[in-house]
Amino acid sequence: MLSRRLERGSTSVALAFAVFLVIMTVVTVYIFWAKVWWFPAAINDIGHEIDAQFMRTLLITGIVFVAAQLGLAYVIFKYRDQGQKAASFEGNNTMEIVWTLATIVLFVGLGLYARNAWAQVHFTDAAPGALQIEVTGQQFVWNFRYAGPDGKFGREKPELVSASTGNPVGLDPTDPASKDDVVSPVIAVPAGREVELVIRSQDVTHSFFVRELRLKQDAVPGMEIHMHFTANDPGDYEIVCAQLCGLGHYRMHSVLSVMSEADFQKWMRDQEAANQ
Amino acid sequence: MVTHENGGGHGQHQPPSGFIRKYVFSVDHKVIGIQYLTLALFSVFVGMALSLLMRLHLAWPNTHWFFFKGGLMTPEQYLALVTMHGTIMIFMVLTTAPQSGYGNYFLPIQIGAADMAFPVINMLSFWTTFVSLMVMVAAFFVAGGAPLGGWTSYPPLSALGEITGPGQGAGETLWIVGLAIFCAASLMGALNFITTLIDLRAKGMTLGRLPLTCWTWLVTAILGLLAFGVLLAACILLLLDRIAGTSFFIPGGLVITDQVITWHKGGSPLLWQHLFWFFGHPEVYIAILPGMGVTSHLLSTFARKPVFGYRAMVGAVCAIGFLGFCVWGHHMFVSGMSPYSAFAFSILTMTIGVPSAIKTFNWLGTLWGGKIEFNCAMLFALGFVSLFVSGGLSGLFLAQPSLDLYLHDTYFVIAHFHLIMGVAAIFGMFAGAYFWFPKMFGKFLNEGIGKVHFWLTFAGVYCIFMPMHFLGLAGHPRRYFDASAVTFLQKLQPVHVFMTIAAIVTIAAQLLFLYNIIWSLIAGKEAKEENPWHATTLEWSIPSPPPHDNFGGVEPVVYHGPYEFSVPGAADDFIPQHLAPNLVRKA
Repeated sequence: MLSRRLERGSTSVALAFAVFLVIMTVVTVYIFWAKVWWFPAAINDIGHEIDAQFMRTLLITGIVFVAAQLGLAYVIFKYRDQGQKAASFEGNNTMEIVWTLATIVLFVGLGLYARNAWAQVHFTDAAPGALQIEVTGQQFVWNFRYAGPDGKFGREKPELVSASTGNPVGLDPTDPASKDDVVSPVIAVPAGREVELVIRSQDVTHSFFVRELRLKQDAVPGMEIHMHFTANDPGDYEIVCAQLCGLGHYRMHSVLSVMSEADFQKWMRDQEAANQ
Repeated sequence: MVTHENGGGHGQHQPPSGFIRKYVFSVDHKVIGIQYLTLALFSVFVGMALSLLMRLHLAWPNTHWFFFKGGLMTPEQYLALVTMHGTIMIFMVLTTAPQSGYGNYFLPIQIGAADMAFPVINMLSFWTTFVSLMVMVAAFFVAGGAPLGGWTSYPPLSALGEITGPGQGAGETLWIVGLAIFCAASLMGALNFITTLIDLRAKGMTLGRLPLTCWTWLVTAILGLLAFGVLLAACILLLLDRIAGTSFFIPGGLVITDQVITWHKGGSPLLWQHLFWFFGHPEVYIAILPGMGVTSHLLSTFARKPVFGYRAMVGAVCAIGFLGFCVWGHHMFVSGMSPYSAFAFSILTMTIGVPSAIKTFNWLGTLWGGKIEFNCAMLFALGFVSLFVSGGLSGLFLAQPSLDLYLHDTYFVIAHFHLIMGVAAIFGMFAGAYFWFPKMFGKFLNEGIGKVHFWLTFAGVYCIFMPMHFLGLAGHPRRYFDASAVTFLQKLQPVHVFMTIAAIVTIAAQLLFLYNIIWSLIAGKEAKEENPWHATTLEWSIPSPPPHDNFGGVEPVVYHGPYEFSVPGAADDFIPQHLAPNLVRKA
């Protein structure tokens, strides 16, 4: 008989491992459960739907997480080497088939279920009459352009872009439609009205991220990407850049102000007046 | 006699006598394996040092440190650290150590071969990798410093030169060239692995008797062969955009700080993202698959039980390898890609959770009913299972585009990929280190130091990376130099401090590992037995360290599957693969 050597299954190590897994699992579950750090409340309907899908996913992954970690803790402790003889089974086809099918149903089902929230934002266009706002990212600011009273966005030319002289998006003054366009470093939108963003970038890839809208969209040079949302709750919400865009990435910041329709009309008039 | 031909053209198996041919430009797969592991060990400490600097800054942004000019880090320095930490860890550690390091050393031995199929190409691929590392590290020392575009290096930020930021000039060029060289090295390695495994298996080493480590090295090599070619092409195109005035990735009409870019037109930034992630997603599996192989191998060996569902495990590895090429679009849900494609990529990504779950079930099945021995190798393998579960499940959130809308490019993503492809893969390597060290060097690593190393590391990585999920839930974007400009980030500062303290402890624990290696090489316990772990595979049938031609000029014959532990009717609780049936002692 060959001699067994070195250390064998030590009860203290097995216990320590099992206890560690239990503590890690409990702490993790607690922090998720208690929502110690959590997303801010959503301000649009789709945000609530996304949150519901998040909770569904959290429930399923949470159950799998707890079962797997505690299962591991159990087998580690239960089957530590105490001089017993190990079992010799090599597998079980029925079990393989069962858990393969079960995970397919669970994971793919979850993915199919998530379609709704995605489709509402991305498979449909904004309704006609939505307020159109052009979002332009550039190192390291956001600019927002409104079409003004004429409802038309004027022409822009790259060679006219000059942040230092107050034309950050390169409006062409020779185009009559551009005369009343309003360009603002913050974005104001009326509550309850659909807004369509036309997201673009002048230089490198940025990403428009508003937590409360559960919305993130890269601003890609050479592309105009349309997104739409309806914000319900008035307030100021921070906009950050989520795609690495250079050394000022961390300070590429702006504010989304959701206002009542009346406040928004007033804000718009003030901007237009300042534009004259 | 050994019948296979050495591709390098030297037919004899006498060890070279000169120092240079023996240790530097060696064609011996074992020496090359150790060279790769040494390179990875050096790189992992560099990569960790970079992450330590980032963590110190993130926790205490206004503290003066003597190692920064003027005491404070600048945003461009921070982003250079981000880029180089990611690049060095992913390419020089996670790609080299599990595959090129352990694979080089043990794949030929485990299949009963005297060397790799192409020993000279093997040597070339190591030295090419070495050159690649030197070129990349050189980026720190040129004007402007290392690039600040992250390891993903998205154009146009990476394509237009210094005008987009410091580090985007010479530093970025060196980075791209270094990466292209690395691709070439990896392609050579992948070819060699595949050929070796297909052609040089010993008599009786059927595919059904391959250790799971070899299966994962094979699938990883196939992934490397298909993925690195694409990255190489992408790097060349990006380089041409930078130095030859082409516009593969640069659209027209760009304005950088009021300067109009007139000489570029018609390119697509998304093209780079498709090419990069077509490589980048399989790369994740290149990093993790060998760790899965080692884990399966060790769980079976130290639970003294056959792997549960060997065929299902092989099937799962192949399925992960195949599906790994079908899911790259999940990195691009917010990129502006078609939302319909995004949905398809999402479902495929959820599907890849299935073979991953099968592996986890089978690992638990392997342990079930076993007789588990807790040495350091086994502790790290068990840690791998726990980390793989923790890191894998967050993937189910990120795979859904509607949830990714919020979580994309936040710390949630950093938590996910560090746990699964960073830390879990590293645990696979540590497990391999404690397991194979006696075979490679004839000495054991110290188990006592190893236990301290394990517990500090295991607890440490959970303390570093679990909280990152919560930063992500709070919406903290990644690659942020500091929180000063964003109100909602400021109340998250205590979490940063906590993670940094955990990181300091964890990194300090890795010095124990380094100390353990050095101490054990000098004064470690001798591994006199050929097979101290009572393992079954062929590397345990030869002396430690193995002779130059592995099997002493005799080709081994394989009679058994790789995991014949606790076979009923046998006297011993393991049957080595090479043991002739008439030599198996009856109980």
